[in-house]
Amino acid sequence: MSPKTFKGGIHPGDFKNLTEKKPVVPAKPPAVAVIPLSQHIGAPCKPLVAVGDEVKMGQKIGDSDASISAPVHASVSGKVIKIGTCKSNQGHLVNAVFIENDFQDTWHESVKPNPDWEQLPAEAIPKIVREAGVVGMGGAAFPCHYKLVPPDKIEFVVVNGAECEPYLTCDHRLMLERPEDLIVGVKLVMKAVNARKGLIGIEDNKPDAIEAVRKAAANDPDIEVHALPTKYPQGSGKQLVSVLTGRETPSGCQSTTVGCLVQNVGTCVAVADAVRFGLPSIERIVTITGAGVKEPKNMLVRVGTPLTQVIEECGGFTDDLRKLIMGGPMMGPTMSGPEDIPIVKGTCGILCLTEQEVQLDEIGPCIKCGKCVEVCPMGLMPLFLASAVEQRLYDIAETYHAVDCIDCGCCTYICPAKRPLNQWIGMAKNEIKAKQRRAAAAK
Amino acid sequence: MDKQLVVSPAPHLKSPETIKSVMVDVLAALVPAAIAAVIFFGTPALLTMVITTLSAMLTEALILRNKNIFGDGSAAVTGLLLAMTLPPAPPWWLCVVGGAVAIIIGKQVFGGIGNNIFNPALVARAILMVSWAGHMTTWLAPVDLTATATPLVTSTAPGFLQLFTGTTAGCLGETSVFALLLGAAWLFYKGHINWRIPGGYLGVVFLMGAALGGGLSAGLFHVLAGGVMLGALFMATDMVTSPVTPKGQLIFGMGCGLITMLVRFYGNYPEGVTFAILLMNAVTPLLDNLTLPRVYGEVTK
Repeated sequence: MSPKTFKGGIHPGDFKNLTEKKPVVPAKPPAVAVIPLSQHIGAPCKPLVAVGDEVKMGQKIGDSDASISAPVHASVSGKVIKIGTCKSNQGHLVNAVFIENDFQDTWHESVKPNPDWEQLPAEAIPKIVREAGVVGMGGAAFPCHYKLVPPDKIEFVVVNGAECEPYLTCDHRLMLERPEDLIVGVKLVMKAVNARKGLIGIEDNKPDAIEAVRKAAANDPDIEVHALPTKYPQGSGKQLVSVLTGRETPSGCQSTTVGCLVQNVGTCVAVADAVRFGLPSIERIVTITGAGVKEPKNMLVRVGTPLTQVIEECGGFTDDLRKLIMGGPMMGPTMSGPEDIPIVKGTCGILCLTEQEVQLDEIGPCIKCGKCVEVCPMGLMPLFLASAVEQRLYDIAETYHAVDCIDCGCCTYICPAKRPLNQWIGMAKNEIKAKQRRAAAAK
Repeated sequence: MDKQLVVSPAPHLKSPETIKSVMVDVLAALVPAAIAAVIFFGTPALLTMVITTLSAMLTEALILRNKNIFGDGSAAVTGLLLAMTLPPAPPWWLCVVGGAVAIIIGKQVFGGIGNNIFNPALVARAILMVSWAGHMTTWLAPVDLTATATPLVTSTAPGFLQLFTGTTAGCLGETSVFALLLGAAWLFYKGHINWRIPGGYLGVVFLMGAALGGGLSAGLFHVLAGGVMLGALFMATDMVTSPVTPKGQLIFGMGCGLITMLVRFYGNYPEGVTFAILLMNAVTPLLDNLTLPRVYGEVTK
């Protein structure tokens, strides 16, 4: 039988009260939509349009031949004014298509509802999903179509409604406001991979969402909705699969190896929109929150909208803003300034932290309290890993299973000495992978 | 917004606990036992605790060139714990030497906090015991402070209630089991200790006491008498010198219990807690590596 919860984990306090009761409001479309050609894991797209071209909303403007990739689409109608670079939330420059908005929102011909969507054969679904450019909406942005053709037999579609990151409420609002669409999406994913059951896991700090989704799934005996104990990182794929099915994903493998396909709730809704209405992935719910923004909100934002415009619609920053994060507080990257970084398919949240909320701590010595060992969901020894990396002994870090780290940050959160454990473990992972690549190249 | 933004890697939320807050929690946990010591042994007890703690703090502050005498609080913890293992009224210079030795030999020569192998307070106690055995075994009866012997030595054992509340002779911290349990409850609540080390320690002490002492009441006597409570709850659980793995912690606690009882029954010393814990400290790194937890998804070949 499945365990009630997974080993380890932390309770950081959820801060969701800032936005959890706020319904999603549409954000203003941008005057210039900056559509990055890489908004996903995998090969970046090449532009299919040129400067001067007129484009319509939902038109495919970038694609790639690589198997792990996803096309990108125009989120506004207008004219391509530039194909250049823009800054990504990871800090580096990416190629992007700049479209001057004509504010007509003219849809492209390819965007049309399919009245026969329920009769679609299973094989057709991944193709439609690919054409629509659907990627993982939980933040990782892995091309969804690739996951819908898995190498292993799938028994369960595991749906991630946990939203375990503090502050973020975009998935919560989605489940509350579009539960029927979620169930349609889950069923489409189940059909595509021929899964026997769909298991939706929602953390119990969202009782209203659990009720809404349960009601929507009431007529589907193959879909189960489970309330999970609220604990970070319940939304991690491996931990979700463990708690919902009792199965453990072997080290180095995907959860498909144990017959489970994990999808975020946002991704399922995007699949439903693509199959039923031909809608490509051009907008998403973003939670703008934190004490550093004047009016925290959940907004439906078009891909390509600059960060600064979204913040403006939320009343602007407060005077004591000290940290700007494009993502959640446990794993999101910080920005060096409120620049015009565009919202992309994987942007779940914009977190604005103030002076009081930012901790700048000196790194202390390890006092071997063992709290990092207690909280690690993967059963690792973060203190030993970190100590090995401090001395650049990466082979020792490898014997302590550095590669199994899921980057959740629980160890770093709990350490009283404020040691950046997850950073050191990350360094070990990079070095071990580089060594493996060198060894493979040498053969 | 005139200040520059902070750019740092995730996670951006961190636990409010610090090394100092952990040390303050431990000091708070020792307060009931400290109060009990003053109630039972009066001014000498207070002086012993103050001088030992100050000596430890001052020694560390000087060595580390700290901005203030409290530092990260770990020296105060070491000093107070050492005081708890001293008899009620040793000479003042013994307290000063003890505090300094604990910090210098027990901790700083290894590289400071986190690097020491042995419990610093117990290192100092061991050195004091072999250097000034007479002073270290001069006991006073509680309240009236007349010279007497400890329960482990006397043939007429005091009642269990006496042992529990602390109206027996012994070191400052070892007499009142009740006060120690109160403090330990605070540490449990804060998550700084778990059941494994104290449970393993006291469990083995009880079982061996019952087996070797002839009956369950003998087992209970051995749990309540001497330094086992202080040792199991506060000394063996010292974070730096005990294992970090769950299984390692249990074995560590049980090992402490085993050696304590072997010394009590077959060794020359009436009390075995000090050396039991020091010996188990030495095998802590080995225990950690022999009891690594199972990694999620570990592929066994």
